[in-house]
Amino acid sequence: MRIGIVCPYSWDVPGGVQFHIRDLAEYFIRLGHEVSVLAPADDDTPLPPYVVSAGRAVPVPYNGSVARLNFGFLSAARVRRWLHDGAFDVVHIHEPTSPSLGLLTCWAAQGPIVATFHTSNPRSRAMIAAYSILQAALEKISARIAVSEYARRTLVEHLGGDAVVIPNGVDVDFFAGAEPKPEWQGETIGFIGRIDEPRKGLPVLMKALPKIMAARPTARLLVAGRGDEEAAVEHLPAELRSRVEFLGMISDEDKARLLRSVDVYVAPNTGGESFGIILVEAMSAGAPVLASDLDAFVQVLDQGRAGEIFANEDADALADAAVRLLADPERRAALREHGSAHVRRFDWSTVGADILSVYETVTDGTTAVAADERSTGLRARFGLARD
Amino acid sequence: MTATLIWILVALLAIGVYLSWTAGRLDRLHVRMDAARAALDAQLLRRASVAQELATSGVLDPAASIVLYEAAHAARQAEEEQREVAESELSQALRAVFAEPAQVEALREAPGGEDAAHELAEAVRRVPMARRFHNDAVGAARRLREHRKVRWFRLAGHAPFPLAFEMDDEPPAALVERVA
Repeated sequence: MRIGIVCPYSWDVPGGVQFHIRDLAEYFIRLGHEVSVLAPADDDTPLPPYVVSAGRAVPVPYNGSVARLNFGFLSAARVRRWLHDGAFDVVHIHEPTSPSLGLLTCWAAQGPIVATFHTSNPRSRAMIAAYSILQAALEKISARIAVSEYARRTLVEHLGGDAVVIPNGVDVDFFAGAEPKPEWQGETIGFIGRIDEPRKGLPVLMKALPKIMAARPTARLLVAGRGDEEAAVEHLPAELRSRVEFLGMISDEDKARLLRSVDVYVAPNTGGESFGIILVEAMSAGAPVLASDLDAFVQVLDQGRAGEIFANEDADALADAAVRLLADPERRAALREHGSAHVRRFDWSTVGADILSVYETVTDGTTAVAADERSTGLRARFGLARD
Repeated sequence: MTATLIWILVALLAIGVYLSWTAGRLDRLHVRMDAARAALDAQLLRRASVAQELATSGVLDPAASIVLYEAAHAARQAEEEQREVAESELSQALRAVFAEPAQVEALREAPGGEDAAHELAEAVRRVPMARRFHNDAVGAARRLREHRKVRWFRLAGHAPFPLAFEMDDEPPAALVERVA
């Protein structure tokens, strides 16, 4: 099968959607499919052979922050050429509502289009204003995928229509087979995520830390992720700071080893999560998980059976749950066991097969993807378009 | 005077282009809906065939075989009006036969059973998918067709009003262990 995948965000910037697309593309290539990924990228970034650059993304203020987007005449022309050269059986667009390559592809293509909705952001003002234009483009999508039941609900409420739920994939065996690192073991709590992004919840964990460390005198906290380390421990009593270790940005291998080593993995995120891939990775590595009760997290944790849950932003509740978990090796072993069985459904072998089923369902009985000549240009309207 | 006339012409032309664009949009939706319906038909037929094959293979006990054969046969032969009911009954029969994980295990252990179980799991997984895509297309087409501009200018022509396909497509839990 010839598969075209559209990535809306810069390939050079690491992010959840980019990693998802990379793993998905490599999974399909291993199965023998032909895959081409269209992604924004700087001209001098080295790209894997299956990625086609759509040019540099332009930083623009959008939806409250600065987003790096691709739009305009040149990008549209590149999308068109990619569609034409690729002759794909199916095009898979990620995040079609962001005003970037996804939307441009929707606009320019016809034929079987599959779209995955990653975020579950409520509709922005811009989207309401552009609703009819957006609707005309989104109508072309033959199959919609939401990454969680929560994301599906938001999608149904804001855009109408329906979607199937297929979770994000994780290479479970990669995490399950990692070698624990002795210096990261021995009553350790793990945290992975941007230090200076409050929504990742490190401040909540820092607030809970004095209580945890008072109850468990040998407990240590390991933090992996970039950001200002000084500012992060600012409110922590000086004598506890030595028990917090910052590892900075770590490689995928080290991430897996860290998750294999820790006694508890804490995800204190306060919002903005539509899936929670890190929880799946932690469970794959056999780390007992303690997470805030965001909708998406509760679902990934099997309604609390595969991990412990505490009330969002409640540092006391977090501290109590962490102390209880650290003091109870049997509960941790039970969580490890349940978690490892539960994550099988998030393995690429399952998730990839499901996505392929979607492709096959929409390509049954239709033609391949082509550049849509009808919707663009007045020439087409008066029957003057080239074939 | 001439200026007014030109403006009226321009406005009429703009309305015409807009209506033609809307008609194109509607046409595309109808094409998508037809494709989704064809895909749904294919998946339903596939599921019924796999079920019938299993029922006649002798892997299942005679009672289960009869129940499954009956339901699969009815689903394949159903008239258009009875289709939704017949397909729902096949879903129920499949759930009843494969209610126990032990039954699925027994099927897997039989010669050739691994493949049959895999095929059936694929089929019962794809039916809800195809149905959701079909109903999504139907919903989009209906929303546009109910709009004033489409009704007043009869842009939909003689195309029948799109109907969703409603059925019970819950797969047997023992067969598909996936997230909803």
